[in-house]
Amino acid sequence: MSEGVDEPLHRRLGLTDDEHERITRTLGREPNRTELAMYSVMWSEHCSYKSSKRHLRTLPTEGPAVLVGPGQDAGAIDIGDGTAVVFKIESHSHPSAIEPYQGAATGVGGIVRDIVSMGARPVALLDPLVFGPLDVERNRWLLGGVVAGIGGYGNCIGVPTVGGEIRFADPHTANPTIDVMCVGVADADDLVTAQSRSPRAGSLLILYGASTGRDGIGGVSVLASATIEEGSEASRPSVQIGDPFAEKLLIEASLELISSELLEGLQDLGGAGITCAVSESAARAGLGATLELDAVPLREPGMDPFEILISESQERMLAIVEPAKLAAVTAVCDRWGLRAAQIGILTEGGVVSVRHAGEVVAEVPAVSLTDDAPEYDRPSAAPSAEDVGEDPTFAAFEKDLTETLLAVLSAPNVASKRWAYEQYDRLVQGNTIAGPDSDAAVVRIEGTLKGLAVATDSKGRFGALDPFLGAAHAVAEAARNVAVSGATPLAITNCLNLGNPERPEVMWQLTESIRGIREACLALETPVTGGNVSLYNESGDSAIWPTPVIGMVGLLADHRLRVPSGFPNPGLAVYLLGETYAELGGSEFAETILGVVAGRPPALDLGKERALHRLLSAAAARTVLASAHDCGDGGVAIALAEAAIGAGHGFAVALATDLPPHVALFSESASRVVASVDPADEEELLRLAAEHGVPVIRIGETGGPRAMVEGLVDVPVRELAAAWEGAIPLLLGES
Amino acid sequence: MSGSAPRIGVVTFPGSLDDRDALRAVAQMGGEAVALWHADPDLRGVDGVILPGGFSYGDYLRCGAIARFAPVMDSVVAFADAGGPVVGICNGFQVLCEAGLLPGALIRNRSLRFICRNIWLRVETSQTCVTEGLTPGETIQIPIKHGEGQWVATPEQLDAVEGRGRVVFRYASPAGIVDDDHNPNGATNNIAGIRNAAGNVVGLMPHPEHAVDPDVGPEGGQPLFASLLHTAIAGVSV
Repeated sequence: MSEGVDEPLHRRLGLTDDEHERITRTLGREPNRTELAMYSVMWSEHCSYKSSKRHLRTLPTEGPAVLVGPGQDAGAIDIGDGTAVVFKIESHSHPSAIEPYQGAATGVGGIVRDIVSMGARPVALLDPLVFGPLDVERNRWLLGGVVAGIGGYGNCIGVPTVGGEIRFADPHTANPTIDVMCVGVADADDLVTAQSRSPRAGSLLILYGASTGRDGIGGVSVLASATIEEGSEASRPSVQIGDPFAEKLLIEASLELISSELLEGLQDLGGAGITCAVSESAARAGLGATLELDAVPLREPGMDPFEILISESQERMLAIVEPAKLAAVTAVCDRWGLRAAQIGILTEGGVVSVRHAGEVVAEVPAVSLTDDAPEYDRPSAAPSAEDVGEDPTFAAFEKDLTETLLAVLSAPNVASKRWAYEQYDRLVQGNTIAGPDSDAAVVRIEGTLKGLAVATDSKGRFGALDPFLGAAHAVAEAARNVAVSGATPLAITNCLNLGNPERPEVMWQLTESIRGIREACLALETPVTGGNVSLYNESGDSAIWPTPVIGMVGLLADHRLRVPSGFPNPGLAVYLLGETYAELGGSEFAETILGVVAGRPPALDLGKERALHRLLSAAAARTVLASAHDCGDGGVAIALAEAAIGAGHGFAVALATDLPPHVALFSESASRVVASVDPADEEELLRLAAEHGVPVIRIGETGGPRAMVEGLVDVPVRELAAAWEGAIPLLLGES
Repeated sequence: MSGSAPRIGVVTFPGSLDDRDALRAVAQMGGEAVALWHADPDLRGVDGVILPGGFSYGDYLRCGAIARFAPVMDSVVAFADAGGPVVGICNGFQVLCEAGLLPGALIRNRSLRFICRNIWLRVETSQTCVTEGLTPGETIQIPIKHGEGQWVATPEQLDAVEGRGRVVFRYASPAGIVDDDHNPNGATNNIAGIRNAAGNVVGLMPHPEHAVDPDVGPEGGQPLFASLLHTAIAGVSV
């Protein structure tokens, strides 16, 4: 946007000369200013996925449970008994970098409307976040603002925030990664999909909810599809302002409209506002539309037609309604105090015709805005010298291991995130079986014994060193977090957070990340039901780490079988499931203690991973496991410490291994779990482990006030807890 | 309408969030849950009323400041004046203070942050519609979740509340120690809940409706609902 004003309008709107030519060919004439604005937002990276689409098509999207795959507002799976689970993840990183509170808040609002527009009641939110290090004041400001924004919005709409993660990495300083996932539940029969509804010409376009203002003009093109440069504060008017009270009313009114069978279609207004909602609705139905902008309730007079068309004012929905049902729809909106306006009508012929003050101000084919958006096969190149530095695994290490454990436990990636999640309402709706302090959140399906296990994971360091492995590990860890709860992983949504795709190295990271997700999802039989791509996360030449965030949904047939992550009692046998190798590449130990992000990330054998999940699920079903906790950042040492901190029960274990002690403690080998088992159940665990081909080893017992690893670590659990709980408040200067 | 189960109404204001949870808790504890609507003054013959948590009308003026003008509130005030049990939870407590049924006000937590956490309450009196089954000094575990839960009052109001035994709950340790370490929001004298003179109107910041079902949390809310149902069935004629 810093180019001179002599620049042609299409370029200032972010359209290339080729794209401008393509529009001219489609229309058979030069587009006018309003039309250019519409194309610029619809053909933006954010709306069109033009750089990623061809690669995303390689992801596995089918499976027995999948009801709705990618391409709609959200994906959906069948969990039996006529219940559909609808879920999706999205990013709001660019707005949050500029105005953290509103950026994060409106991100929550947007993803919730995606779920509602499918006909589902939102039942859970999760917020995976990556910031720059907390020793930088601006990063502390961003963290505080984002967390307050998530709470400020989420706590006011009656949807519990049950999970997520917060990570820290240098390259995310200028561009924090702010993703949000929402999960909803619907009667499968009520799902509002392109297939389930077939609006006809003559159906009315009803805009309801908030009025339309100048906030968020061109948010998708200006903010989400270009890198943020110096002076980005000037972009602040492009950040939308959220009103959670209006959102709550919108949720209730929308669900009432759907259950009363009053709608032919429903679409939320997000990126690209009315333009996107109307053109997508029309294109899906194979129709066109006539739009009357004078009928759109406005917040201020004198808005230009293009502003009305692309405004991203929040808390608005577009319903498609048969004329005979208009009165009933208006009555429901009235009851919830929401304004409903008839802003247009679906028409034959496929053209979206926009009228304002008695004149036609735009006339374009609906599909030219949506399906016919350009698609690019951008050049991709692996970094010239794939230099991942000297592998830290084999460096000699002499320091005290108890001190080292405390240091890793206090590392911001590992430390307790209570400071953040206590600012979120995790209880509302009364179905939160397990919340943000668990490997996976578990939410009961209202009125049943079923539980949804949901986890979000990313593996930034691994991705920085090897984007393929980073993505595959993220899928595996998300599935493992669901599996340790006793649930069966079913499907994923994903958010691909990367830098500028016009740079071949970033494009390579993108394709490698997608390949990693593909391989892992195929092996684990967890299809991809949708997701989001957030590109241009860079400033100057410095891009964020390639950060695919995976949102995994699994099913627990009976939530009472959920396995907790902490040791519940003394006197239990402690087992390590899976095998440990000398793998400190990209580990938390290497970053925190040695100060390097280097080496090869751990290998990942997806067959072993899958066998582990099956063992966990079989053991949970037979109530064999007293606890199970994923070995992730910081390896078995941190998994043991966290399991002890949980309920305050210590342990005494011995790691019988040939590995150097620090490697045995902190290696991040994949596919491992620390479990505790009642002595009466040990035989059954061993039998199941043999049956599933998972190596397991008894390493000790729970009990006592101390955490003891024979010959290596000896420390009171209370001290571990203080370090783990105290680290984030200390870094924020609040302890 | 079944015969014996007490009918407890839960008012839904625009922006109420824990209304379904309160209805569910009433049903789980054996009452008949009755949904009431802010715009409808009809209390539908209920035996007790709960004003639930949430952000009524977005709390854009002050918490509870607009809800008190809802048509249903005239009926709730009349019901309370006639001795009917009325419980305000969280935002409902704020509404009761704004409506003048209870003294004081709720301001932002001293941390200036929203807090969602399980806390312990010490019961101060059994002379109310929600504590008649509890013994003073007993402690119960219930979650809080609020951004504006710091109860404050004028010195005269505070004297009256403390002097006349109108404190119902204080934030405390599990053993019942009331001190600043166990005051999550900075409330005056650790006050978490208060009552009116007759004890039929109680407001509290913690959420007993989220402490009934052992699958999802602690069980400290059970005796409060048991007391409310018992008080309600004892019969109030309006």
